[in-house]
Order: sequence, then C-alpha cells, then structure tokens
Amino acid sequence: MNDTPLLQVQNLKQYFPIRAGVLRKIVDWVKAVDGVSFEVSPGETLGVVGESGCGKSTLGMSIMRLYEPTEGKVFFQGQEISSLQSSQLKNIRRDIQMIFQDPFTSLDPRMHVGPIIEEGMKVHHLASLPEIRRRALDLLEKVGLGAEYFSRYPHEFSGGQRQRIGIARALALSPRLIVADEPVSSLDVSVRSQILNLLKDLKKEYQLTYIFISHDLAVVRQVCNRVMVMYLGKVVEIAEGEVFFSTPYHPYSVALISAVPVPDPDYEVKRIILSGDVPSPINPPEGCRFHTRCPVAQEICQQVEPVLEQKEKNHWVACHFPGSLSYKGQ
Amino acid sequence: MNRETRRILRRLLSNTSAILGFVLLIFFVVVAIFAPLFAPPPPNKDPYIMPIVTWSSNPLPPSPEHPFGVAGKRDIFYGVVWGTRTAFRVGIIVTLISTALGLLVGAVAGYFGKLWDEVLMRITDIFMAIPFLVAAMVLTTILGAGLDKVMIAMTAFSWMYPARLIRGNILQIKEEQFVLAAKALGVSDFSIILRHVLPNTIFPVLIQASMRMGSLVITAAALSFLGVGAPQGYADWGALLNYARNWMLGGQGEALKYWYMTVFPGAAMVLFVLAWNLVGDTLRDAFDPRLRL
Amino acid sequence: MKENTPLLQVQDLKVYFYTEEKEELRAVDGVSFYLKEGETIALVGESGCGKSVTSLAILRLIDSDGKIQGGKIILRGRDLLSLSEKEMREIRGRDISMIFQEPSSALNPVYTVGDQIMEAIILHQKLPRPQARKAAEEALRLVGIPEARKRLDEYPHELSGGMKQRAMIAMALSCHPKVLIADEPTTSLDVTIQAQILELIAELQHRLNMGVILITHDLGVVAGMAERVVIMYAGKVVEEGSRWDIFHHSFHPYTWGLLHSIPRLDIKQEKLAIIPGAVPDPLNFPSGCRFRNRCPLADELCLTEPQWREIESQHYVYCHHYSQVEVLKTRGFER
Ligand SMILES: Nc1ncnc2c1ncn2[C@@H]1O[C@H](COP(=O)(O)OP(=O)(O)OP(=O)(O)O)[C@@H](O)[C@H]1O
Ligand SMILES: Nc1ncnc2c1ncn2[C@@H]1O[C@H](COP(=O)(O)OP(=O)(O)OP(=O)(O)O)[C@@H](O)[C@H]1O
Ligand code: SF4
Ligand SMILES: [Mg+2]
Ligand SMILES: [Mg+2]
Repeated sequence: MNDTPLLQVQNLKQYFPIRAGVLRKIVDWVKAVDGVSFEVSPGETLGVVGESGCGKSTLGMSIMRLYEPTEGKVFFQGQEISSLQSSQLKNIRRDIQMIFQDPFTSLDPRMHVGPIIEEGMKVHHLASLPEIRRRALDLLEKVGLGAEYFSRYPHEFSGGQRQRIGIARALALSPRLIVADEPVSSLDVSVRSQILNLLKDLKKEYQLTYIFISHDLAVVRQVCNRVMVMYLGKVVEIAEGEVFFSTPYHPYSVALISAVPVPDPDYEVKRIILSGDVPSPINPPEGCRFHTRCPVAQEICQQVEPVLEQKEKNHWVACHFPGSLSYKGQ
Repeated sequence: MNRETRRILRRLLSNTSAILGFVLLIFFVVVAIFAPLFAPPPPNKDPYIMPIVTWSSNPLPPSPEHPFGVAGKRDIFYGVVWGTRTAFRVGIIVTLISTALGLLVGAVAGYFGKLWDEVLMRITDIFMAIPFLVAAMVLTTILGAGLDKVMIAMTAFSWMYPARLIRGNILQIKEEQFVLAAKALGVSDFSIILRHVLPNTIFPVLIQASMRMGSLVITAAALSFLGVGAPQGYADWGALLNYARNWMLGGQGEALKYWYMTVFPGAAMVLFVLAWNLVGDTLRDAFDPRLRL
Repeated sequence: MKENTPLLQVQDLKVYFYTEEKEELRAVDGVSFYLKEGETIALVGESGCGKSVTSLAILRLIDSDGKIQGGKIILRGRDLLSLSEKEMREIRGRDISMIFQEPSSALNPVYTVGDQIMEAIILHQKLPRPQARKAAEEALRLVGIPEARKRLDEYPHELSGGMKQRAMIAMALSCHPKVLIADEPTTSLDVTIQAQILELIAELQHRLNMGVILITHDLGVVAGMAERVVIMYAGKVVEEGSRWDIFHHSFHPYTWGLLHSIPRLDIKQEKLAIIPGAVPDPLNFPSGCRFRNRCPLADELCLTEPQWREIESQHYVYCHHYSQVEVLKTRGFER
C-alpha cells in the first residue's frame, strides 16, 4: 500500500427532499449522508457497516455520482470528481465500478449475458468488436461461468451465478476501485463463500481496491482491512480491521459486534441489547445521534455532538466516552 | 425454443377465447387483403368509393345480387368488405402514431422526471379532461371533414393513454438496479432509455394498443355516423350506418323492416372490436409477470 | 428437559405443488421431526428447502396449488391432518401460532394493531370487547412495547420494523399457544433489533413454557437459541441432533460444509470453505441423495436414496458416507 489515497471523501452530504401537499412543496429533508469524510488507500478493502437506513448505499451512490451530492467533495487520484460535468464523468466510470446488492434486479432481464458484460466496453470503445467479445468470454471464464453461458438470459441463472455476471460486468472496464454494495446479502448461505472468495481472488489478480458495504459484520471481518461504522448518516468509528474487532471504541460498534450471532454454541459474550429503534434520519437526535440508545450516555451527549477524532493511530472515533463499553465478559 | 417461449405459446393456445380472437382477426385480415376478390370494384374507379347500384334512394333488402341489401343506393356487402380495409387503415395508423407520440412523451416525462414530468403530465391531464367526441368534432369542423382529418383528430386525443402507461412503467423500471448499473458503466441517458427501459416496458403498451385499436374503430364510426368522418359514399362501416339514420325506426310500424342496414355493418364493427380485445386480453395474460412461475 | 411424549410430531410429511404445466414440485418430501413441551428446535436450511412450506403444512395453510400428499402431524395424540376445517380453525392461534418473516406484510394495513390482536382473542377466548382490549394491551406489554395502550390504536405503518415484529409476536401469543412457529422472525431486521427480538422470544418461551419451532437460515441464531437442530436440504431432513452434535460433530457433508463456509465474527478465517454449485431446481431434484451433485464424498452409491440412521443417541443423519465426513477436515470441500 502506498500513502497517497486513491479516493478522498470530504464532508460529503446527500439530502433527499420530502415533498408534501398538492404543490409538492419541499417540507423536509432526509439527511441520508450527513457530512462524511474518509480516505481509501490503493489496494485496501474498506468495509462500511451499519444498520438499515444509515446511509451506506446512498454513500456508495454519491461517490459514484449516481446521485448528485448535496455538498462535499470527492477526489479520485487527486482529481475532484464531485464537480465534473456529466460529459467528463464518463471517464471516471471506467475507474470506479459498482457491484449491486440484488442480482435479480441488477441485470436487464431482456438482454443476454454476453451483451450485458460487453456493454461497458462498447460504450467506452475499449477495443474492436471481436476483441470485446473475446474479453467478455474471458471474463465469464474468470468469474467461474463457462463461455457456453454467453447467450443465455439472466433468468436462467441462480442468484449466485447472476452475482458472478454482475462482477464480470464491473470488471470489464478494468476499474481501479469497486464499490460493492452488499454483494452477498441476497445470496443463499451456501453460495456466499463462493462469491466472497471470488472477490478476494480477483482483488489479488487485478490489484483492486474495494469499498465493501455490508450490514454483516462477520463478512466484513473476513474480507476487509479497515472498517468504517455509520450511524444515521454519520461516521462514528474508523479502524483497522483487527483492531476494530478486538477493541472497538464506540459504544454503538461494541453493541453491534456483541449482537452478531456466532455459529458456535460455546461462544459466550456479554450481549449488549440496545433498547429502542434507530431514530429517523429526517429528525436525527440533537447532540450525539446515538444518545437515545446509548448505554453509557451522559448529560453532555444530549447537547454536544462529538466530532470524529483520531484516538490512536488510524483509529478514529466520534464519542464523548470512547472505550467505556465493552462486550467482553468482565 | 426456450422454456419461457414455450410457456407463452402454450398459454396462448390453451385458451378458447384467445383462439376465437385470433381466428376473428385472421378472418378480417383475409377479408381486407382479398377485398378485390370478394367484392370486385368497377374498373378504373377508386375502389374505396362504393359504386352506385340503383337509382332509387330507398333501401333494398338482401337479394342474390346484393346479399346484404342496398342502402343509400350502394351495395352494403361491398361497403362492409372494403370497410374492413378502412377500419384497419384508420386503426393501425392512428394507433401507431399515437403510440409513438405517447412513448416519446411518457419516456421523457418518466425518465427525466422533475420539470419535464411536471409539464408533460399536466398537458396530458388537460388533453384527457377534454371530452373526446366534442373535441374531435370541433377539430374536424376547423380542419374540415374527411377521413384524414378524423385520423388527425383521433391521434391528437389518444396519445395520452400510452404516455401515462409508459411513464408509470418507467418510473417503476427506473428504480431497478440494472438502470443504475448501466449509468455506472457510463451509458448515456438516451441509450439507457432505448436499450434498457423501453424493451422492459413495451409489452403493456402493445397490449394496450391492441385494445385501443378496437375502440378507435368505434370512434371513427361514430364520427362518420355524425357526418364529420368519411366523405359521401366512402366504404366505411360508420358511413354505412349513417345511411340507416333516416330509416332507423322503420316505416309505418314495421320497426325492423330495414334491419339489414344496421345489422351487417354493425356486426362487422362489433366483431372487429371483439377480435382486438380478445387478442389484447390474451397477450396480457400471456405476458403478465404476476402469473409467471 | 422433559422426557415425556412429544408435544408435536411430524412424521414423513410430504407436500407437493403442481405447476401450471402439471409438473410435480416436491417441496417437502418425507420430513419428520418432533418437538417436546417447552423446548426450542431450529429448522435450518437455505432458501427454497421447504421450511416455510413445512410450517404452513403444520397449520394446514398450504394454498390451493399445493397438496399434503402424505404423512402425519400429531399434536398431543391427535392427527391434525384428519381434522375437519372447523376443528383446525380452533387449533390455529389457540394451540399453534405462527409469526412470519415479513412483519410489514403480515399485518393488515387498514386495521389498528389493537383490532388485529383483539380479533384472535375474541375468536378463541370468547371475551367481550372491553376485556379483549385489556388482554391485547397486556399482550403488547408482554412483548415490551412502551405505551401499550396508545399503541393499540395505531396502524401498522406507524410502527418500525422491530415494533411490528413485536406486535406480531403479541398477536401470536395472545391466546397462550402450546406451540409457536417462528418463520424467520428476524431475517428482515437489523442485528441490534434481532438481538432484542430473539431475547424476547427466549424469555417468553421460558415464561409460558411453549414449544418453539424456530425457522432460520442463520446458524449463528441457531447456536444461541435452539436445543435441537433439524437441518433441511431440498425438501428433506438431512441431519438432526442436539446443537452440540450439530455444531461440534456433524456427520452430513452439507452440514459440515455449511458450518465451514459461513463467515464468522469471532475468528479470522484465511479462506472460507466452498460448497460448489447451487441449490438444485426444485422441479429437477437429483435422484438418490439430493445433495450428491455438490457433495465431495458422492459416488455411485449416492444415486440411491440414503437411509435415515440414528448414529448416536438422538443424532440422525441421512447420508451414505457419513462415516467419512472426517476426511473433509484434511481434504477440504473441493472435490
Ligand atoms: N432516492 C431516495 N429518496 C429519498 N430518500 C432516500 C432515497 N434513497 C435513500 N433514502 C433514504 O435515505 C436513508 C439511507 O438509505 P440507504 O439506502 O443509503 O441506507 P442503507 O444504509 O443502504 O440501508 P440498507 O442496509 O437497508 O440498504 C434512508 O432513510 C432512506 O429511506
Ligand atoms: N404456493 C406455492 N406454489 C408453488 N410452489 C411453491 C409454493 N410455495 C412454495 N413453493 C415451492 O416450495 C419450495 C419450498 O418453499 P419454502 O417457501 O418452504 O422455502 P423456504 O425454505 O421457506 O425458503 P426461504 O428461506 O426462502 O423462505 C420452493 O421451491 C418453492 O418454490
Ligand atoms: S457520545 Fe455519548 S451517547 Fe454518543 S456514543 Fe458516546 S457515550 Fe454514547
Ligand atoms: Mg443499502
Ligand atoms: Mg420461508
């Protein structure tokens, strides 16, 4: 890994308007991503975790410029991409690709598998048509499907196979960075490990960098070098993978880790059951957004919003009382 | 043939009303194509003008020479046969143009959303709020009578249906991830609509179009009946019915005396509409994704 | 726990569906297991293996495309399959209750939460409305919903996912059933909410001494909740045993593969094991052992149906080569 970041995100905000009434006036905003900053180094896999609705997918989409960010900057290899015109955006698309969560809706049901993989290469005129075809066949082979699948429709495939097609499509443009949004969560348990291993292997072979979005901490532990935890549109903790899983600082991270069921009847943890639900991102709580559910919250948490600070080298946390909660039995 | 195609075919063929629909439609197509054989036009005359066969303006009941009788000095059989061509022509042209127009409007409104959607859909609403027959009559009064004018009027007032349908479908498809995936690949908006969105929304539109085909023919006939449609003597089912207007109640208590003037063109129209509706129904059943296994 | 006769016994249950093309889909094909009073068993398997169909069959709620083609479902000595529809209605909700995977679609959006809970209470306990309302409020309190009285008059869309699931549980438990079937009760919820709900189910189970059939595909949930585990694959039960049997010495290659291929939170796994291939198409299950085209131990023998064997006390397996499963430890799952 070298030191200049591949991707830099600065204070990114993505708000969605809520309209109401006959005139469809904007009455409020969903603050799906609310001031997120982080960096991704070349060659790493950054896991983005958090509960449903905390803004993980939105973050991915805004980075990809599939949404127009409300505020903030995104730099790719030093070049600001958040302000590019849509015509210049096309080049960036080659470098950043995406793998989608749902293999059943992410492939056009009326297109053959081959053309799905070829489409990107054709749009970017990457090679002559026969060459593009040859590469598509190669890619099919690479993701573990045979060339004989070239002229089939997506509905003839199982979920795992479709996800392989989606991966081949993303790889076709030889991207540097892949944003993978929950790439295995809709797959059968017995095929998840196939796809996870495939992603790992491809990463090595093509020197890829991943932003790996997932709500499954166990998966994140197995594939990510670094972990970023989001809560209600904010980053609450960023740490190296092993550090994160052994000594999480933020009470939310601790509760999250403690709540994951482990397939071992002898595994004992002090399960921290959070009360209540995730508040709405339309009216997030004042102060620390987590204080309504936090087991160690104090007076100050309701008033002052903690900032993301580097507590130890490469270990960032946004909490007034970091490290005061632990899931390990005392 | 893959499983899907086989399944659709089986569905089409296993249904009696589907078969009836197709048989009727094929029958009309055959009549239209072979019109010159069934009812040979007089040489060197416009075959769409029904030749005058008698000088009395009284209708004549069916006879061996005029199997459907005579109305307004013209042979009803000739009119019904050549009227089939008129019906197809009006139906197909109006449906094609209005569907294309509707596709364009609906696709732009649905895909680009925001202001486009707002403006185009309000225009659509306005067009839908105007009672069609009234508008068509006003329009034909301005443009003048004639079949082409009728067709223009009908097109102007039927593009809204496909537009609304396609817009709704696009709003739905737009949320599907494969559209986002194409964007992420750098595919342009125009190709996304053309290559991904339309192919996935076109079926309902075609089905709706085939249903509309029938009702368009009724509308055209209504306009002809009201006298703003096809010119005098034009082979058109509505125009034939127009001749019956003055004789409708029959003379001197014989209410059904002139039945043949309405029954034959009327039956042609009803069957034509029925054929398209059955075909539309069948297509919908065959392609309805909710019924898919 | 108690060693008396089982509360509920499912014997050789077969449920087949018929497609439009008149193909036979053997969704559940000879499933047997039992549930004792006050115990929790887990029915585990991947999508489409027949878990939901099994549970719907227990309540005789299979829709008209499907038919129960054989077997027995015995609740305290009575075979439910021989009851009339009217008798069956008495059983549902009173003796056996069910909670569903999608709390949002299992509640009717046009009625208040209170109305829906009261419906079952009025039906089975024949209480007049005011008392039923009291009981419903009590039920909501039982599942830990704050301000229960106020919530009674709210509509499902006003509740969050976790709250809805709680309301569903309240509804299921309002008549104190003997058996609770929980069909993936937490799959659509977040882990922190999942932890709340699982804890709630465990606590209520203890308090009301219910038998619980927990349906899930998450082996982590199983390890924390169930006393016995029934592993299903493609419409068949492939292994059954206590949770220690299953997690520490499973004998079926499928169970073994599953346990080694799932990512775990507690340790860093260098490489995950892989079960090759995908779940078979239910219209074309392989003959013989249905796992054979994915199984590293498969040979000609596997073209024939394996036997259902008890290899240790209360530990059953459905595989010809169960004794060789140890070799997978050294050889891995690749063929
Ligand atoms: N296009 C949109 N318009 C309006 N609100 C949106 C839109 N997309 C997302 N949101 C809202 O933004 C918030 C964050 O959503 P997002 O999909 O990013 O969450 P997530 O972390 O990916 O959750 P999940 O794990 O469920 O996928 C949610 O409250 C969601 O309702
Ligand atoms: N109403 C139905 N008509 C036809 N086939 C059905 C029907 N219900 C279920 N099936 C089939 O029965 C099989 C078992 O389905 P079931 O719902 O029991 O799976 P499951 O184990 O609950 O899976 P999941 O984890 O996805 O809920 C599947 O192949 C399914 O397609
Ligand atoms: S800042 Fe306070 S409320 Fe927020 S997580 Fe830390 S301790 Fe809890
Ligand atoms: Mg998401
Ligand atoms: Mg199910």
